[in-house]
Amino acid sequence: MTFKQMFTSSVGKKLVMAFTGIFLVLFLVVHAGLNACIWAMDGGVMFNKAGHFMGSYVVPRVLEIGLFLGIFLHIIQGYMLTLENRSKRSVGYAVSYKDGSKWYSRSMAILGTILLMFFIIHWKHFWIPSRITGVEEIDLGNGFVVHNLYAVMQETFQSLWVVIFYVISCISLGYHLAHGFQSAFKTIGVHNKKYHVLISSIGYGFAIVIPLVFALMPISFYLHWVN
Amino acid sequence: MSQNKMNLKLKVWRQKNAQTTGAFVTYNVEGISDEMSFLEMLDILNEKLITEGGEPVAFDHDCREGICGMCSLYINGKPHGPWQANTTCQLHMRAFKDGETIVIEPWRANSFPIVKDLTVDRSAFDRIIQAGGYISVNTGNAVDGNSLPIEKQNADDAFAAAMCIGCGACVAACKNSSAMLFLSAKVSHLALLPQGAPERKTRVLSMVAQMDKEGFGSCTNTGACEATCPKEISIANIARLNSEYLSAGLTSE
Ligand code: SF4
Ligand code: FES
Repeated sequence: MTFKQMFTSSVGKKLVMAFTGIFLVLFLVVHAGLNACIWAMDGGVMFNKAGHFMGSYVVPRVLEIGLFLGIFLHIIQGYMLTLENRSKRSVGYAVSYKDGSKWYSRSMAILGTILLMFFIIHWKHFWIPSRITGVEEIDLGNGFVVHNLYAVMQETFQSLWVVIFYVISCISLGYHLAHGFQSAFKTIGVHNKKYHVLISSIGYGFAIVIPLVFALMPISFYLHWVN
Repeated sequence: MSQNKMNLKLKVWRQKNAQTTGAFVTYNVEGISDEMSFLEMLDILNEKLITEGGEPVAFDHDCREGICGMCSLYINGKPHGPWQANTTCQLHMRAFKDGETIVIEPWRANSFPIVKDLTVDRSAFDRIIQAGGYISVNTGNAVDGNSLPIEKQNADDAFAAAMCIGCGACVAACKNSSAMLFLSAKVSHLALLPQGAPERKTRVLSMVAQMDKEGFGSCTNTGACEATCPKEISIANIARLNSEYLSAGLTSE
């Protein structure tokens, strides 16, 4: 069996979703951790240094390429799988079966679409200015000049609509993770009961904590908890 | 024992054959005992239809005792009806109330084409089994019962997986029309036993390939299959199938 056959079968396509999903979960930890620097209460010095590290050194930049590949693969494969799976039942049921599964498990594509819209706007807010169109710079002393991403955040999150949109996206992320986290591990073959219980509990915890940390960022700026 | 009699309204999917489009037809049945099975209730409907010179409703059944996997029916939005861990033939009319409307649909999946009314063609499952759901052994003389040591846990898990009766409710329940619970039960019960070991890798690869060829969808672990399975096949079997597939795929030529 070739790799191509292996990863394009029905089980293989799920494996692609699972591996990219787990990779993106790891990225979320890094992203949430770095952004938590906004709460250092130092006017954004630590946060801007962290942003500078991510944007200017080779290791994070290479990982960034991997991240984009992972995201696009996850999105494209996700849509293809959804369309393909839908085509397997041309005539639907008059009464649908809802009790056997959670609504968010059945709605991964919709939740994912909200996240995709979020990414586009989020990239436009931060990534594109920082990497391409340019961001106002700040001197942290001794000629150490970095992008003032902290100021961009401050400005962006003055708009109530942006904050609401970010919070809705975080809620979608929470539900996407509530299904995706444990599902990914099932897909890569974890079937021992003890691990499964452990992974499910970690998954639900993760699905609450990570989106909450992210949601608190725009809220903190909007309500001036940080300045 | 006193029986409660009830009158019911049935909305039944009628379809002449695979080529025509079907539609719901409403029937009223009267004096149904709550001790009857669901299929006996349909028998009464059919007798009435035949007496009136109509065409009886086609539905699958055989053992009527929950072991053969022939009965199907998607009743009020759930395969095999409202009870848990139960087949349609073992569903009794006490599950319903007098005056209730019951919607009866066939299994819906393109891989299970409708033959007539509520009967679907599930031969795709047979072809998946033919692709590797067996062991090739030269039987020879009968060996001593205890000559093959098998761990109790594995024997229990293999037995639980072997409970699958191939009814197809998992496919009917799944939003992706995936046959993964069925396949995982078949792969697991052999993978857990020493007799299944020699063909372990080729089995999972060819059975997955056949499942894809039959046009079933890809599992997204929603859990609807497990919730509706009359034999309570655990979704953990799907995770085991995935690990069998991953290791077989990575180590095959
Ligand atoms: S796994 Fe359960 S629902 Fe699916 S075919 Fe087997 S017995 Fe029926
Ligand atoms: S008729 Fe045999 S299981 Fe229902």
